[in-house]
Amino acid sequence: MTIKITTADFDPWQEIQSYQHNSAIAGKFGATSIFVGTMRDFNQGDEVQAMHLEHYPGMTEKQLELIVDDASRKWAVIDALVVHKVGDIFPNQPIVLVAVWTTHRGDAFDASRYIMEALKSTAPFWKKEYLAMEKTRWVAENTDGYQSI
Amino acid sequence: MTIKVRYFASLKEMLGRGADEVDATDIMTAGGVWHSANPNRPLPENTLIAVNMTYVTLHAHVKDGDEVAFFPPVTGG
Repeated sequence: MTIKITTADFDPWQEIQSYQHNSAIAGKFGATSIFVGTMRDFNQGDEVQAMHLEHYPGMTEKQLELIVDDASRKWAVIDALVVHKVGDIFPNQPIVLVAVWTTHRGDAFDASRYIMEALKSTAPFWKKEYLAMEKTRWVAENTDGYQSI
Repeated sequence: MTIKVRYFASLKEMLGRGADEVDATDIMTAGGVWHSANPNRPLPENTLIAVNMTYVTLHAHVKDGDEVAFFPPVTGG
């Protein structure tokens, strides 16, 4: 299990490829579930030009480890990789990657969904949006991932 | 005999500072730490609290050397 918090831009597809290539899980897994969260250029009806992602160093990693451990107790997770960007971010850049390797698809889908929802509601990250006319605003809370439109 | 207090995101901006130190007393709760550090300001609704980087409630016991953090709902991912 690997948790990475990075100020550098990252390519989720490269991260997955290199993780899978370098880890000892080759030949062991039959399913990989991948979630990538990407920055949008709009929110709540406004154009968003950039964002700043603040976090609580130390607690962020601790909380993400707890979440991945919880998921591994609930489902048969062989390995998991979580990468999250902090600092400045721009539209179309990836914010978060959750990849889960399991034997069968059910565990991969369910564990990755669980990790992502728990990250959204408990991992200490905060987004500040930069709008037009030099306006800024903090995102007040995350939407419910299980709510349908 | 001190407790380190930390604030993040919009709460840090509202208070104009990211950290405080308060004197540790024998019996202190996370809520008590907030009131010692911010005597004239009620704790904003929905504020999350962590002691030593673990989520707690307002009534959690806090001791000398602990780090108590207050922050708004999280919005990562």
